[in-house]
Amino acid sequence: MKYVSPTTVDEARSLLAENPGSRVFAGATDLVPQMRAGRPEPSVLVDLKRIDRLVSVTHADGRWVIGAATPTSRLTHDPDFTSMFPGIAEGAGLIGSDQIQNRSSLGGNLCNGSPAADSVPAMIASGARAVIASADGERTVPVAEVVTGPGQTSLADGEFIIEFEIDDPPAGTGDAYLRVTPRTEMDIAVVGAAARLTLDGDTITDARVVLGAVAPTTVRVPAAEEALIGSTLSDALLDHVAASASDVANPINDKRGTVEYRTQVAGVLAKRAVALAAQRAGNGG
Amino acid sequence: MSRTHVSCKVNGEDVEFLTADASSLLDALRHELGLIGAKEGCGTGDCGSCSVLLDGKLVCSCLVMAPEAEGREVVTVEGLAEGDHLHPLQRTFLEGAALQCGVCTPGFLLAAKALLDANPNPTETEIRYGLAGNLCRCTGYDKIVKAVQEASVELRGA
Repeated sequence: MKYVSPTTVDEARSLLAENPGSRVFAGATDLVPQMRAGRPEPSVLVDLKRIDRLVSVTHADGRWVIGAATPTSRLTHDPDFTSMFPGIAEGAGLIGSDQIQNRSSLGGNLCNGSPAADSVPAMIASGARAVIASADGERTVPVAEVVTGPGQTSLADGEFIIEFEIDDPPAGTGDAYLRVTPRTEMDIAVVGAAARLTLDGDTITDARVVLGAVAPTTVRVPAAEEALIGSTLSDALLDHVAASASDVANPINDKRGTVEYRTQVAGVLAKRAVALAAQRAGNGG
Repeated sequence: MSRTHVSCKVNGEDVEFLTADASSLLDALRHELGLIGAKEGCGTGDCGSCSVLLDGKLVCSCLVMAPEAEGREVVTVEGLAEGDHLHPLQRTFLEGAALQCGVCTPGFLLAAKALLDANPNPTETEIRYGLAGNLCRCTGYDKIVKAVQEASVELRGA
């Protein structure tokens, strides 16, 4: 295996095109354990962290642009980012230990393709977009369209994510991410739920509800979103959100949780995430 | 096997080494540079016994590819003491018997240093969360937390 560290997107694109079996990496927090577990080593390992665009964070003209290989600790320690997107920060802040968060990235967490990726549900709830380096240029797609199944993405061979774009939320918006794990720290989500609400007075004008770890990919809960929009939050509405989330859940049975447990908890967490997002939206977002 | 020549700073000194591209920074530290303080526990970033500072950030050196160290600054447990003077954390760990077998200790010391550098006066809860990426299979967590609290007091001159 050969290690290379290009300094431009073009150089990385050429290296990937010229070397079949090559692979990009950022923090290697998933890659190294996978190689140790016996997955074939790439022919060439392309380190993206020496490319400025991949590790920069900017906020201008109502939009955040976050390099796909930026360590997540940079975001979770940025008070402007965490106050605007507490849900994304909550998700990113749950990925492993401080040691891991100094290496883990939004691009890696997404492209690893785990249904339980903690930073992904709130990214989708915030309408984040991925800017992808393609063979002959760049293309931008919603984050929700990147992962197609466990460990699978819609990226073609040789493509990689350069950065994420997230628009500033409208006034009166709040988001939240909650997860359930057997341990309080250092564990993989049994269920994760993100919500983002925009309020005009007491009326919900926009809503997103997104579940992690209960289906082959992160999934939205359209029935909950439709019921929330135009309504005022009530216990009955929250119960409807919970039932809709449980309906969407299509989880696996494993040592971390049974199908029945995950299905029920998906509802409970969705309801709590919506309530927390509403509270934050009411506090001015 | 591809090899890369790496120049970097380790514990304040300029060093150079030749490493297999597939090696981890942990392997390079231990086998190329003879710095055996950082330990391999799990090799997958779960246990924290290989913790080092990379450009001041706490990382698991088992998850860092050795060639990534080019031009970077690495601090290992060997770089904590100044000559014969132990770092306050090393002393409070010793005085408080905050170790049993010692395999996890170098990682705990680096994690505690990173924590106190960022937050000189942490609460007990903040210490426990700050050290959550370090596992001690002898289960000596309470003494470790107390040692960090004592070092925190000393370092603040309180």
